[in-house]
Amino acid sequence: MKLITAVIKPFKLDEVKDALKAAGIAGMTVGEVRGFGRQGGHTETYRGAEYQIDFVPKVVLEAVVDDSQADLVVDTIAKSAATGKIGDGKIWVTDVERIIRIRTGEEGTDAV
Amino acid sequence: MDSGDTAWLLTSAALVLFMTPGLAFFYGGMVRSKNILGMLMQNIFAMGIISVIWAVIGFSLAFGGDGPLIGNFDYAFVYDIATGPGMAFFAFQMMFAVITPALITGATADRLKFSGYAAFIAIWSVLVYSPVAHWVWDQGGWIFEMGALDFAGGAAIHINAGIAALAVVAVIGSRRGHGSEPMPPHNLPFTVLGTGILWFGWFGFNAGSALAANGVAAQALVNTHLAAAAGMLGWLIIEKLKTGHATTLGACSGAVAGLVAITPCAGFVGEMSPILIGLTAGIVCYLALQLKERLRLDDSLDVIAVHLVGGLLGTVLLGLFADTAINADGADGLFYGGGLELLKDQAVAAAGVLIFSGLLSYGIAVAVDKTIGLRVDSDSELIGLDQSQHAESAYQA
Repeated sequence: MKLITAVIKPFKLDEVKDALKAAGIAGMTVGEVRGFGRQGGHTETYRGAEYQIDFVPKVVLEAVVDDSQADLVVDTIAKSAATGKIGDGKIWVTDVERIIRIRTGEEGTDAV
Repeated sequence: MDSGDTAWLLTSAALVLFMTPGLAFFYGGMVRSKNILGMLMQNIFAMGIISVIWAVIGFSLAFGGDGPLIGNFDYAFVYDIATGPGMAFFAFQMMFAVITPALITGATADRLKFSGYAAFIAIWSVLVYSPVAHWVWDQGGWIFEMGALDFAGGAAIHINAGIAALAVVAVIGSRRGHGSEPMPPHNLPFTVLGTGILWFGWFGFNAGSALAANGVAAQALVNTHLAAAAGMLGWLIIEKLKTGHATTLGACSGAVAGLVAITPCAGFVGEMSPILIGLTAGIVCYLALQLKERLRLDDSLDVIAVHLVGGLLGTVLLGLFADTAINADGADGLFYGGGLELLKDQAVAAAGVLIFSGLLSYGIAVAVDKTIGLRVDSDSELIGLDQSQHAESAYQA
């Protein structure tokens, strides 16, 4: 079991979701987050006073998938989230020790 | 007063009342999200407390008798007003009394203790606003007698509230973290909404000040609109030149600066004057933003740059642009053959209000601060006014 975490541009979320659904993913969790990477922040000006905004809005997306699906999911996200410009985000893959479906108590691949 | 005049004055009273919630949103959009209810509350609360004070004593101290410095008690407790100055005039002036102390709240944003604020504006309205309104608008008032002009409150309202704001900030100090952490506006759409309401209500404020449904009222309405428009342009032009962007907040600020500056002039000038006055206000008020850095004061939402400087500018420019061809009850300014007489009177009027309101406002603020407390403690300020002062949150997580 792998946990796939991706930080992407917010406006790309729908595209990524549709691509993952088409690739057969069973579910995912998303959240609105703020952060910075190489893209850095930006400057805003209010009544002549400049403010450096360090954190830019991003969407974090998490999905637990079977080992055999992991590469496909990563590739799908990488393709659908890409704009080619700085700030497209990152994807990382983590080993998952255990997974349980709360309603039924199923574990492992059955719970994905 | 005929039925047309009465109808327009009553309509104007309603328009001016609407400016106070407009001001609440204008300011509210600029504060941090934890303080928006505190800001909205300070403004609408003025509608509550000042209206009652106005009925009990405020109107009488402003418009009773013919003394040079202050009114009397003839109209206290809404006595004899209907047969004297009239209920329409009472209602119209009440809305001015409401919004004037509310203007101060922009300078003191995010840190006023509610009980201290309530006490401050109650005392301020009686001791500062009523006498100044008397000076400027009552037949016997010394500014009125001297011949200085203030159509709708450049001195009585904007200079008065602006210098009071400066005085209160001098007493309570800066917001925690001012200058070291960013405090950008949390909801500029609210500020745009508030600007629209203010602009709309200002037609009642200025054109209503003709106290009649006549040509002067129409002239004042057109002047008000043109000055707001030109104020927006002036601010945006200099902002674009200085920072590279024309901002939404700049458009709103410029329009309000134009509205403030045209307020004393509204029924006394014509032709291109409102556009020149508005344009000047947009530019000068933008440049005046630097003042608070120089003075090292945390005038949080720029009441000094917009209301004090805009009010001073309009009051003085009237000494140049006033034209008796527009309003025979006015005077001629320097550009219309009146010489320096009016300009001198305008400057004396402005200085009189500055000194009186500045000193007395400072004194009241110190007194309230020493007794009730005018500023919240550090914890309350960190939590925000919404929770610490009112036990509410504007936005549920």
